[in-house]
Amino acid sequence: MKTDKTQYQNMVKLASPPSTHLKNWALSFLIGGAVCAFGEGLSLFFKHLRMSEEQARAMVPVTLIVLTAVFTAFGLYDRLAKHAGAGLGVPITGFANSIVSPAMEFQSEGRILGVGMNLFRLAGPVLVYGSAVCTLYGVIYYFFIR
Amino acid sequence: MPRRVGKYTVELPSRPFIAGRAAIGGTIEGEGPLGQQLDDIFPEPKFDESSWEKAEVRLQLAAIVRALVASQRKAEEIELFFGGDLLNQCTATSFAQRDYSMPLAGVYGACSTFALALALAALSVDGGGFRRTMAAASSHFCSAEKQFRFPLEYGGQPTPTAQRTATAAGAVVIDTDEGNALSAHSAHVSQVIFGRVMDLGVNDANEMGAAMAPAAADTLIRFLRDTKTSPADYDQILTGDLGEIGSTLFRGLVRKEAGLDVSPVHQDCGVLLYDTARQDAGVGGSGIGCSAAVLCADALPKLERGELKRVLFLGTGALLSAISPMQSETIPAIAHGVLLVGE
Repeated sequence: MKTDKTQYQNMVKLASPPSTHLKNWALSFLIGGAVCAFGEGLSLFFKHLRMSEEQARAMVPVTLIVLTAVFTAFGLYDRLAKHAGAGLGVPITGFANSIVSPAMEFQSEGRILGVGMNLFRLAGPVLVYGSAVCTLYGVIYYFFIR
Repeated sequence: MPRRVGKYTVELPSRPFIAGRAAIGGTIEGEGPLGQQLDDIFPEPKFDESSWEKAEVRLQLAAIVRALVASQRKAEEIELFFGGDLLNQCTATSFAQRDYSMPLAGVYGACSTFALALALAALSVDGGGFRRTMAAASSHFCSAEKQFRFPLEYGGQPTPTAQRTATAAGAVVIDTDEGNALSAHSAHVSQVIFGRVMDLGVNDANEMGAAMAPAAADTLIRFLRDTKTSPADYDQILTGDLGEIGSTLFRGLVRKEAGLDVSPVHQDCGVLLYDTARQDAGVGGSGIGCSAAVLCADALPKLERGELKRVLFLGTGALLSAISPMQSETIPAIAHGVLLVGE
């Protein structure tokens, strides 16, 4: 072909529609904000049930995780997340969905080789680099900050 | 016996014909513009099976059975079966054949598989070694997502260039023309051309149409040169699954490389299968089943009815694996061509 890779990349750029950034940002801000507001509401609700500050703080993520699992199981979460983007991905809801969805998907390969081996397929990077950064910070804290 | 035309194209003088055809789709395909033309629609994604992969086997089997019935042949009369799918090691195809005794030649050309299988099945008949062959191919949205992307219920945001893998299957029975009453109103395979691997550096697995457009353009240009024809000599140039963006690029490339305008006759199976304005299908369909089902549900019936006389079918395939993009590989693509003619 006479068209080289650089020329073709330009053709592709021209032909492809741009990501609708503004809409995505607005939606993720609004839905992410709504999730956080809902979490705040939950916290007030649990305190109203005479839970301590500490208990209420633990109960909020637990509730969000359970709700995400239920929404994922009924096939509603991915439909919402398609529009919400980071709004659902960044809060703990995204993490919960990334564990529940492979758990559902790999049922057909059995409990051990399927669910067991694939449960952290998507959450794995978060766990790996999350713990790595925590360890690094722990070392820095121990030697320099403490 | 096949006869070479030009450098790459092969003519099939015995004109093997499509004696039976079938196209099956899933719910979303059934709700699309071609829904009424599909031979059967499987309403539930798992079809009561225990896995997506088993469901895909059922899909391909349904297409095979219906094509056999339409051709008035029994499975035992098929002398060679060409088929393929997107699953690792083409398991949908080989598992579907457990119920049959047809000699199997599994083929893989990613989404160009149906065109590849069809070309080989027609060549085998024209070569004289086989009287009756079959070509079939399938893909399933859920099994493809599982293998190439994310679990189905994972909440991700599709990029604006993403296409939807069709839950669909298509199958054809190819028979020798001589003395067969069915052949009078059927489509015949007149010429075939095989693809070359083309890679213009697209590395995003969400830009399949862009990755495949150069391959389609290359095959079309070689075919037109070999046969000394122009796009106006065809009623339809039907690409496999370029989608809306890939189609634009394909037309642009053909214009740039050969100075030819294909837009009046160009159609794309991925664009035909879904109504992208109304359905959640990105910029169009993709997957092996997409071109297989659209060819069997739309172009072949139109050839049989005489609404179209000459259709150049260009099956397009992106030859990546689930891991190759992670290894920073670009996406090579291929396109195989089959010229189908009506009476």
